[in-house]
Amino acid sequence: METINLKINNLAVSAPKGSTILEAARLIGIEIPTLCYLKEINEIGACRICMVEVKGARSLVTACVFPASEGMEVFTNTEKVRKSRKLTLELILSTHDRRCLSCVRSGNCELQKLCKEFGVDDEQHFEGENPRYEFDDSAAHMVRDNNRCILCRRCIAACKMQDCAVIGANARGFNTHIGSAFEKDLADVSCVSCGQCIVHCPTGALSEKDDSDKVLAAINDPNKVVIVHTAPSIRATLGEAFGLPLGTNVQGKMVAALRRLGFNKVFDTDFGADLTIMEEANEFISRVTNGGVLPMITSCSPGWVKYCEHYFPQLLPHLSSCKSPQQMFGAIIKSWYAQKEGINPADIVCVGIMPCTAKKFENKRDHQNATGYPDVDIALTTRELARMIDSAGIYFKHLPDEQFDNPLGESSGAGVIFGATGGVMEAALRTAVETLTGEALHSLDFTEVRGTKGIKEASYTVGDLTVNVCAASGLENARKVLEEIAAGTSKYHFVEIMACPGGCVNGGGQPVQHAVVRNFVDLRGARAKALYEADAAAPIRKSHDNPAIKQLYAEFLGEPGSHKAHELLHTSYAPRPKYK
Amino acid sequence: MLKKISKLPFSGTPEQEARLQAVIAECSGDKSLLMHVMQQAQGIYGYLPFEVQAIIADGMDIPLEHIYGVSTFYAQFALAPKGKYNVSVCLGTACYVKGAQDVLEKVMDELKIGSGECTSDGLFSIEACRCIGACGLAPVMMINDDVYGNLSPAQIPGILEKYRNN
Repeated sequence: METINLKINNLAVSAPKGSTILEAARLIGIEIPTLCYLKEINEIGACRICMVEVKGARSLVTACVFPASEGMEVFTNTEKVRKSRKLTLELILSTHDRRCLSCVRSGNCELQKLCKEFGVDDEQHFEGENPRYEFDDSAAHMVRDNNRCILCRRCIAACKMQDCAVIGANARGFNTHIGSAFEKDLADVSCVSCGQCIVHCPTGALSEKDDSDKVLAAINDPNKVVIVHTAPSIRATLGEAFGLPLGTNVQGKMVAALRRLGFNKVFDTDFGADLTIMEEANEFISRVTNGGVLPMITSCSPGWVKYCEHYFPQLLPHLSSCKSPQQMFGAIIKSWYAQKEGINPADIVCVGIMPCTAKKFENKRDHQNATGYPDVDIALTTRELARMIDSAGIYFKHLPDEQFDNPLGESSGAGVIFGATGGVMEAALRTAVETLTGEALHSLDFTEVRGTKGIKEASYTVGDLTVNVCAASGLENARKVLEEIAAGTSKYHFVEIMACPGGCVNGGGQPVQHAVVRNFVDLRGARAKALYEADAAAPIRKSHDNPAIKQLYAEFLGEPGSHKAHELLHTSYAPRPKYK
Repeated sequence: MLKKISKLPFSGTPEQEARLQAVIAECSGDKSLLMHVMQQAQGIYGYLPFEVQAIIADGMDIPLEHIYGVSTFYAQFALAPKGKYNVSVCLGTACYVKGAQDVLEKVMDELKIGSGECTSDGLFSIEACRCIGACGLAPVMMINDDVYGNLSPAQIPGILEKYRNN
């Protein structure tokens, strides 16, 4: 690789050609602060917080986009630089709602952190023109408070990355604000609820709609049986909210915390994932053998499903009719489990802990209540759960490791890898291949569909069939796959799509990591690793070997794809307009 | 200034849409021609309401929000139609110091609409403009091509009345 040599703060640096000053500085352990910068998706040099001095340059330059060059001399921490950064912060604060104490991001706000670092001692140094904005709480999953927005445009970049671009900068000057076309509410545009804007926001301008009060009210109601189940990826991310390193599997402490919060039963959505595999593998086999619509596309990711309804309605017949693991789990709780335990389903409150803001939309979709009751009453994100644990005075790091309750806490390694891109595909293949061939697989690892690449493809020989599969994550990547399917040129038989890049481990409901982590650490890979390790260590690694699943079919559902399974576990989709 | 979005019903014709589609077709997918298409569209419809921007969005495969963002950034784009009579009050320096703001407010009072808006009967619209080169007559306003100078707010009702009955 061609390198260039420069000096940063009088230290010699050798950096790959094409590096920015920001990247070169990191090589010698200097972290230049950024606010608007997101690697590859928002390199706009707009916020001016990363200004540095370059010897001979007319003025300060933006380190995030300014290319490092041979012989360059850079100073990142001079009086002039520090003054400039402080001034920039004071100007940002002049139009910012500074009520930090009541802000959801207090303690985890990038602006707050920078103000502390650069010694901002008067948050009212300038009094800017302050247009007041109404909250937009029209959407099922999130709230936008433009009064806390600093116009960094990271949310716009995230929305564009998700191929939706339903938010952007409107008007100009002091009136500039983030909004949708014709100032429509978020609920009235083709937002897919993925929440990527929230996890990319540096401040409290964007946040999930907090439903934790509803959960506490249910827990405090003696007439309710409150059942919680946690999605596969939560165990890999919840620890981050309590200062544990990325990719720490905290399953045992998570279960312990949920018990201490007062949930009556703590179950694992992985069971729902195993159930999804039973139904989805069966559906796939039936489509292949009966000449059904192919490729079949997975339907576990509600952001993806909504995207398909808005942007590719002609491809809806390709979607698997399976409900997501969250919804399947709820349906089984309110039918089989309620019957077994002799609980009136009307008294059950089913709570899902999800990596996903779109789950708050999904549980309110039509046809998610075949038992007569909503499959899932409340969907909480990882972030809401972390706040509940904090406010209950539970010392998370010091909790003992506890086990899920049974029988719906029992799951396979196939269920746990649902949380990473390619995981559903791999889990489905384990079951579909064994079902089609009637033989046990030599190796359960379908490594071709692992990893954080946006589009992964592989071909497998199953008996006399060649099955071409694809796993895409991030809706920009999904679009490429979908355009081929729409054009009739796709060679795939089975496609997995996850709305969020990297899958659920990087979901819009996961703990917020600052841009510096998103830019320079393999967040998706580190979180996914915890899931693949859990799979490798699991005593049962195939959904169809899960004894609780076998019991469920034997006692209640009959066969995968049975009439009863269809009634409870499958759903339908309908085109949605782009704008209301 | 924040632009007001017209609530008047859209009355575009198939003929207008055909003209706009032809403009879009000429661009053959070149998204960098968005500004050009928007200018042409405004020429065809007089303004850029939701319906028109949606045609451009679909035709050029550009997100509607992006087009709306452009339309609210540049002063040249209007989100409300112009009336049969467009009242344009000069707020250039000379007119401003001679009391043009009072004139503008009187016009808004009389017509019960704000600057950048159109009356529901489609007769009048108001806009504030920059110097029209008649500083000697300040404060000045134009109604379509008619110029009125040395104005005071008291004259406004009488002037508007002439057009109402036309």
